[in-house]
Order: sequence, then structure tokens, then C-alpha cells
Amino acid sequence: MKVKAIDRGIVIDHITAGKGLEIFRKLKLKNVHFPVVLLMNVASTRYGKKDVIKVENRIDLDMEMLALIDHQLIVNIIENNVVAEKRKPALPRHIKGLFNCENPRCISNEDSYISSSFVRIDTEKKTYQCVYCEENVSLMDKQF
Amino acid sequence: MEMKGRRMISLNDFTTNEIEEIVDVALEISEDITGYGRVLEGCIMGALFYEASTRTRLSFESAMLRLGGKVVGFADASTTSSKKGESLADTIRVMDDYCDIIVLRHPKEGSAKLAAQFSTVPIINAGDGGHKHPTQTLTDLVTLKKEFARISNLKIALCGDLKFGRTVHSMLETLSRWKGNSFVLISPEKLRIPDWLRSNLTEMDVDFMEITDLRRGIENADVLYMTRIQKERFFSEKEYLKLKNAYILNTKRLKNSPSGMIVMHPLPRVNEIDYDVDNDDRSRYFQQAANGVPARMALLSLLLGRWYK
Repeated sequence: MKVKAIDRGIVIDHITAGKGLEIFRKLKLKNVHFPVVLLMNVASTRYGKKDVIKVENRIDLDMEMLALIDHQLIVNIIENNVVAEKRKPALPRHIKGLFNCENPRCISNEDSYISSSFVRIDTEKKTYQCVYCEENVSLMDKQF
Repeated sequence: MEMKGRRMISLNDFTTNEIEEIVDVALEISEDITGYGRVLEGCIMGALFYEASTRTRLSFESAMLRLGGKVVGFADASTTSSKKGESLADTIRVMDDYCDIIVLRHPKEGSAKLAAQFSTVPIINAGDGGHKHPTQTLTDLVTLKKEFARISNLKIALCGDLKFGRTVHSMLETLSRWKGNSFVLISPEKLRIPDWLRSNLTEMDVDFMEITDLRRGIENADVLYMTRIQKERFFSEKEYLKLKNAYILNTKRLKNSPSGMIVMHPLPRVNEIDYDVDNDDRSRYFQQAANGVPARMALLSLLLGRWYK
């Protein structure tokens, strides 16, 4: 499958196969007026298969959010037909209020005035720890 | 670092030297427990107990009174505005103006940490659900130092509910910081230590093993630390009934255990230690409970900055 190279824009490469659609939706690319392409299950020498998103425009990206969905992907910034910059998303050290603690006995699930709060403890396994009850949560299969 | 004004949510908030200092002050106090009646004169302790307690609450109150301080608070949250829906944060904000130090027991895990965010006076965690119970651990450390004259190089077997047993969590994390301590964790499969604790212990390179056999677990142990299977932590009665008699310590089982071993228990017990064991030379749980008063006297006077050598 061939897709035309873009002159100026963004290529999100090495997305874990199957995560492309989630990222496509999160970036709200469905309703934009410039060309976008979502490729799924493309052959990858590194991972066997991968998803790729090409956007023929510059858009703002929340790199921490991208890392939470898939921290293996790489963002290529394209200028004048060449890769001007490569960005690897990094998992945030702290996450506040994005999801609830899974421990039903945790105080953070008690009342709406308490915002959930997590600190990263293992980047490889995408594991975070609740700052209140210290229960671990893996974000590997979590949807955002 | 000075301890005045600090909070105690977990013993992880304190260095090993600071914990030893609290234990040593407690041992000094226990030599003459009635001799410190003016140390906290003029100070008020707020005791907010949202969950049932006998030893922790009364030993804190006894500790404050023995130090010459006064106590306000409640032992039953159903008689307070929390019954009307007042949040923990609001109660803490109010109590902050009524007292010089707050002792909090609450059924939710992480509640003491949350309370500390809304308080300007020191907060002491007196048990937050199945999470942590640092002042019980201080009591346990005082007991160990009294018995062995050290809190290092000990082989400790912990038995019972290791999943919801907050005393176990605090004790394991704390004792791991002293050299040469090793642990045998004896529990039913369903009540093994929580993942967060296992990963903390692994990261700290702690010598521990998890087994189900009590007899094997106490071979060569210096300490057998029994715990209750806690009915209040189960969501279903059926699950509790399945596990409640998992381990029962009796004189027969103790017969072949090391003579120098001591038996501890944070109390209350239900049926996990037979009453016969009370007369065995190795039982220490009532002495352990008694040590709760000097341990808490030491902590209160240090956090309020009133202990001078």
C-alpha cells in the first residue's frame, strides 16, 4: 500500500497495532478539512506490524496524552518533505483527575471534592501508584 | 531533622534514625511513665475516630493525659456532623483550630494523607482502612527493642491476614529498613500482601518469602506476629467465613517452635490465638499493648516539640 509523502505536517509512526484508531479519535481527526490518513497493520521491521497516522498540516499534540495511550509511538514533524524533528512522547510523572483509583476502599473515591492523583513508578510497564492508598494501576490496557 | 510540627502518615515520612529516636524516647519514658506529667501542659489533642478502636484510641488518650495535655474528639462518627454528610476535609479544617495535634482513624485508605492536605497542625495516622498503622509499628518496635535489645538481624514470621492487615504493611516496610531482618509471610493465597507492598519490598531487595504453612513458617523464627482475619474488610460474609479459621495458634502448635521466640499480636484477637497460649512464656501481646502508651507519649511530645534531653 502506497501513500503519498507529505510536504508539511505530522507523521505519527510506530503506533502499536490496534491503537491507531484510538489516537485518531483522541486527536479528533475525523472532522478536519485537511488530508489525514490512518494506516492499520502496516508491516514493521521493529514490531512485526504497526499503525501509522499521517496529517498534512501542523496540529497541536498533547504528548503526555499520546504517551498514556501508546508510549512506543514516535512523532515525526515534516517540513519541506523531510523529517525536521522526531519526538518521543514521555509518560507524565504525575496524573491528576484523569481516571479513578481502582481500589474501592480508597479515600479518593469517597467524595467529588477529592481528585484522584497518581505517580509514575514503572515506565516500561506503564505502572502508576495512587498517592493516597498506594495501590498500583497498570495503564497498559486502559482506554483514555 | 527536627520532628516538631511534622505529620506521621506513614513511617516512610521518617528516617531510620528518627524512628530509633522515637523508640528510645519511648523506652526512657516507660522506665518512669508517671514522671512526665507536665510535658504537654496546655496542649490539646483531637482524637477523630471514625472507626472502632480500643487500644489505639485509649492508649493515645492515656498518653496525652499522662503528659499533662487534654483531649477532645469522638469515638463514634455517627454522633458528629459526618452523619449529616460533612466531608473529612471540612471536619479537619475545623478541628485544626480546636487543637494542637490531630489523631485520625478512618476506614478509607489514604484518608490520613488527604487530611494532612487540609491541616496546619500535625496529623497522626491512627489507621487508614487496610492501608497503614504507623503508631502500631512504633509500639511493635518498642516491644522488639525491649525484648531483643535490637531491631535488626531478626527473623520475623507474620501470619494471618496480610492483605488487609495494615499493621503488617507498616511493620514490614519499616523493619525492612534495618539490616539483617528477614520475613516469612504466612497467609492463605487470597490474603497475601498487596501488590504495591510486594513491589516496594522487591525494590528494596528485602529478604522475604510467602508461604501458607504456619508450622514451616516459624522454624527458627525470633518473632511470630499473628494477626486477625478482619471481618470488617470483606465485602462478603461468605468469603470471610471461608478464611476466618485459616490459622489458629495453640500450645500444641507452639510446642516445637523455638524457645527463644516471642509471640506478638496487635490485638484484638478473635480465635487465632488460643487462650492457653496466654500462659506460655513466649506470649508478649499484652506487654506489646502496654507499650502503646509510652510509644505514643514519645511521638506526641516529639511532634509537638516538647521533648528535651
